[in-house]
Amino acid sequence: MSRFLKLLFRNRLAGLGAVVLGAIVLLVLITPLLPLQPPNVTDTANRFLPPFSEGHLLGTDHLGRDLLSRLLYGTRLSLAVGVAAAVIAATLGSAIGIVAGFYGGRVDNVIMRGVDMLMAFPYILLALAIVAALGPGLLNALIAVAAVNVPFFARNIRGVTVGLAHREFVDAARLAGMSNARIILVEVLPNVLPVIVIAMSTTVGWMILETAGLSFLGLGSQPPVADLGSMLGEARSALITNPHTSIVPGVMIFLIVMSVNLLGDGVRDALDPRLRSGALARPKAVTDVRREGAVPQTPQKGLLDLQELQTQFHAGGRVFRAVGGVSLHVKPGECLGIIGESGSGKSVTALSVMGLVASPPGVITGGAVRYDGTDLLSEPYEGLRRRRGRNVAYIFQDPQATLHPLYRVGDQLSEAILSHHAVSRAEAEKRCLELMRAVRIPNPGSRMRAYPHELSGGMRQRIGIAMAMANDPDVIIADEPTTALDVTVQAQILALLDDLRRERGLAIVFITHDFGVVAQLCDRVAVMYAGRIVEEGRTDDVLALPRHPYTSRLIDCVPELGGGKRRLEAIPGLPPMVDDLPPGCAFAPRCHKARAECTAGEVDLGVTGDRAVRCLYPEDAPKREVAE
Amino acid sequence: MIALRATDLSKTFTPPKPLFGAAPPGVRAVRPMTLEVAQGETLGIVGESGCGKSTLARMLVGLLPPSTGEIEIAGEKLGVAGPAVFGKRIQYVFQDPISSLNPRKTIRDILETPLKRLYGMGREERRKRIAEILASVNLRESFLDRYPHEFSGGQAQRIGIARALAASPRIIVLDEPVSALDVSVQAQVLNLLADLKTEFGLTYLFISHDLAVVEAVSDRVVVLYFGAVVEIGPAERIFSAPKHPYTRLLADSAPVVGRTLTAPEQKGTELPDPLNPPPGCAFAGRCPRATDLCRSEDPALTDHGDHQLAACHHPLED
Amino acid sequence: MGRYILKRLVSAIPVLLGISIIVFLIMAAIPGDPATAILGSYATPENVERLNRDLGLDKPLIQRYFIWLGNVVTGDFGRSFTLNRPVLDEILDRFGATLILAGVSFVLCSVLGILAGVVSAARQYGVADKAITFVVLIGISVPSFFLGMMMILLFAVNLRWFPVSGMWPIYGTRDIWALLDHLVMPALALSVVATGVIARLARSAMLEVLRQDYIRTARAKGVHERRVIRRHALKAAMVSIIPVLGIQAGFVLSGSVYIEIVFQWPGVGRMLVDAILTRDVLLVQGGVLFVAACYVGFNIAVDVLQSLLDPRIKT
Repeated sequence: MSRFLKLLFRNRLAGLGAVVLGAIVLLVLITPLLPLQPPNVTDTANRFLPPFSEGHLLGTDHLGRDLLSRLLYGTRLSLAVGVAAAVIAATLGSAIGIVAGFYGGRVDNVIMRGVDMLMAFPYILLALAIVAALGPGLLNALIAVAAVNVPFFARNIRGVTVGLAHREFVDAARLAGMSNARIILVEVLPNVLPVIVIAMSTTVGWMILETAGLSFLGLGSQPPVADLGSMLGEARSALITNPHTSIVPGVMIFLIVMSVNLLGDGVRDALDPRLRSGALARPKAVTDVRREGAVPQTPQKGLLDLQELQTQFHAGGRVFRAVGGVSLHVKPGECLGIIGESGSGKSVTALSVMGLVASPPGVITGGAVRYDGTDLLSEPYEGLRRRRGRNVAYIFQDPQATLHPLYRVGDQLSEAILSHHAVSRAEAEKRCLELMRAVRIPNPGSRMRAYPHELSGGMRQRIGIAMAMANDPDVIIADEPTTALDVTVQAQILALLDDLRRERGLAIVFITHDFGVVAQLCDRVAVMYAGRIVEEGRTDDVLALPRHPYTSRLIDCVPELGGGKRRLEAIPGLPPMVDDLPPGCAFAPRCHKARAECTAGEVDLGVTGDRAVRCLYPEDAPKREVAE
Repeated sequence: MIALRATDLSKTFTPPKPLFGAAPPGVRAVRPMTLEVAQGETLGIVGESGCGKSTLARMLVGLLPPSTGEIEIAGEKLGVAGPAVFGKRIQYVFQDPISSLNPRKTIRDILETPLKRLYGMGREERRKRIAEILASVNLRESFLDRYPHEFSGGQAQRIGIARALAASPRIIVLDEPVSALDVSVQAQVLNLLADLKTEFGLTYLFISHDLAVVEAVSDRVVVLYFGAVVEIGPAERIFSAPKHPYTRLLADSAPVVGRTLTAPEQKGTELPDPLNPPPGCAFAGRCPRATDLCRSEDPALTDHGDHQLAACHHPLED
Repeated sequence: MGRYILKRLVSAIPVLLGISIIVFLIMAAIPGDPATAILGSYATPENVERLNRDLGLDKPLIQRYFIWLGNVVTGDFGRSFTLNRPVLDEILDRFGATLILAGVSFVLCSVLGILAGVVSAARQYGVADKAITFVVLIGISVPSFFLGMMMILLFAVNLRWFPVSGMWPIYGTRDIWALLDHLVMPALALSVVATGVIARLARSAMLEVLRQDYIRTARAKGVHERRVIRRHALKAAMVSIIPVLGIQAGFVLSGSVYIEIVFQWPGVGRMLVDAILTRDVLLVQGGVLFVAACYVGFNIAVDVLQSLLDPRIKT
């Protein structure tokens, strides 16, 4: 709770809303105690007194009643009715929504049909019809406004509940012997509650406005009692001659609704965990580059050369060193594997190359990425854009999420071509067909007109590959392209990539967590742990004789087909968090060979021929050339 | 001794009947299948997406009422008894460790629920039991008052296992229990599961898409394709000497260090349309050995010796 | 496509029936009988009874519903006793005015709202974003009827830019320019709140979409950022914006009741409020039913638009 309040008031606008609303609420709470004129006593001799008149701070209305007094009593009434309507609507609507969403099936169907019917009315028609039936009056207006908003809550909460009802923890609760009623109360409701609070805080202002509206039409509070709406309604006829009688209640409604809205937004932001972590920021077109040190001036190796690359995520005051100084290069026609567990920084390394790390929160803080002699990190946007897809192209993990769901795959392919070549659409389409044939998609002509959801996972990934090939890039970075696929499909995609690479002399950077895949596809492999490369070398060498204890133990962890039933070697402990790295070797806390020196200081990457290892006590190494 | 027997178990999902027009055909997620698991055995279940392995698992623990067939646990017919009755006998460990824990409950609340609801234990008794369970899954008692989001995937999966153990079941269905975990953590959890099995004399149904993992933990393996069993056999033989061409395709597709990269099949990999399944063997469209017989007649599961059964008209020779 | 439209039209039938039941039931719940209301409290019991019989009010509720429904379907909404003319004639006379006001406002708020939201999202945390967010916040907090009154005060009374009220000049030609002259203020006042709501939604929808993987794919293949925003992101965001446009159309239609009163616009909204205050049941009933039915039709159009945009909607 205190954390919630802290979050709430960190939002300055929400704080302002809370202060204004708090002041208004306080004022109306003590209104009966204030030395005010009675609000409903008419004094026609003193009608339409202007503000700041003797004894009438805000003047008087058309019947000579004190406006200040009427304003405060009216505000009291408006606030009470608005809040009451919101509470009633939220309670009823949420109950309906939870029941419908949780039980699903026929119950859901019947309830939601009814809700849909109520929502088929423009809301005021329903409110008017209810008031017409019940007769004008403030209580009836309250009922009407609450009733009109019930469907809104029901639909909103139902949606959230449906998502929850199919979550695994609900199944687990069933297996733990909970009844449905108990599951709703204990498992579902606590998770829905924040949504209800958000929905309420963002609609209460609206409901205050609505009740005021009905009163304005003369259908709410009846004379002589007035809420803000009816004050405004009564003042309307004197709008031109005595505008202050309209402005006073109008401004008050505005202040209330605005402060409620500000506060409601604050509540929403504080309760919505996605907003809490600042994740709703829009990623920029290019990752921010703020290099802290000097740009490395090492001469370029290979076709694409990453030099001491550092990428960090800055979120919530914490710094995550996702990539902590990675140097890698790939030669034409070569396939380099990057292997590591989640959080090892392998994907971030890959995305940093073309500035595709989401930013905020990502920042490239050091190093260089050299392609063809140019440092890509220093390139202006337009220069980098021209190279994206043309020099270095990407294949991503989940082809379902990485293709635009609303465009035909053929159009998405042509777009890749048209972004770099001024050719006609027909020409681009011809090229598309060739590409689709190259990635062995059967019936490319008709598949071109398909939307991504109409294709299987394997076909979608073939489109992803075709898109990467569209502009004949020299380097393809494939970020776990087969992880989301079934094994039989994976085998086909890997074979395809291998063929394409050999046919076209492509350089491939292949990111994976699977040693089997690396072994089959890659010439060289780099092993990453906690944002750094711990070992690098020719794939056969590394797999046959791993030198870093992490590599060797990781290989032992992975069961391989044909090994039979057995106990696996496990690495104790967990990979470190990259916002809290231990000094020295990041693997030391989990390493059975670790000694005091391992955690004393930075361990360098020791290079011997085409092997490199970042370890003071590498495996199977009779002697090690210590990097001076 | 048979721990679990499923007889002719099947599931057809029927979409709701529209307001107008005829009812659409149902999707047969699991075709009638019969399975037996012996006490203390680990039965591996493998298959690719759409093979019905999760539907099968949810039926076995009583979360999904089967369309036909019966489930018998330790000789007791359970019918459509509801999850609470199943819960004392058979439990479930979910694939996604984080999403299987309610984010708004402490670990203590989560572990206490089965003790309270299934066994009606008192406070002191629960405290003792929870301490025992935590010790057996190697978790510290200081974790009890924390919330799920504070844990890593591996820890959360231990909590999920602890919750399953709390119900004192004889059988646990493990639905891809390690696929959401990193390889270095995977082995920890697999070893823990092996230890628990010995300690408590458990029977496991281990569902996974990862052949190597299944082979490493299972005694026998069932291979599913398109909602039906295509092959059952001892773990050490089924992938090295498969009888069904689909099992062989799976085994050949798994990337293995030291094997050169070849695409084991060049035909399409599309599953048949589940709304309109073809007659005969569902794999015929992809099978290099398919004949007209395969395309017209559904092969039955037949014994090929060495406890290996396959549903194929033209089984592979050793 | 034709199949989908047909399907939506068919599925609207139960909704329309439901609406008619709701309207009928609410009106049947009115305490006191209409005959007394029509004839006044000095009517003799015989006269009241005869009128009740003439109106069919002595029959059971269900029978009355079907008689009423039968009449409605054939275009007979009954007679308004305060105006002494057929309800449908009155509605048709006034509906055009409401349609012009609400339609123009709806187009205005859709275009302005989406534009503001897209600019806001594309320049997140920039000056434009902050300015738009601030204006939007004020926009959604001010009651449209109060805003209308202040506009009259400022632009009509003080600056004399626009006429104070009405739809047509009292003297002079009734051409499009005269109409526009009268329309500017009410249409603006009516669209402010909806513009704000749409702008907020469009902003958050755009921000949500811009974080999706397929946006990264588009960038990775070298698509220009302008195109990423205007094509890829906006198209995907429209999927969540369009349903809200449908809902906001209902809000605009609702808000027109206030605006018609403030600006003395001769539309259905004003008619309804007057009818409620004079207890003209049949006029209220007919008006509500008519407008609700039109709104259902509009929402079908919205759904069809959505299905054109999103190929994943098939059934």
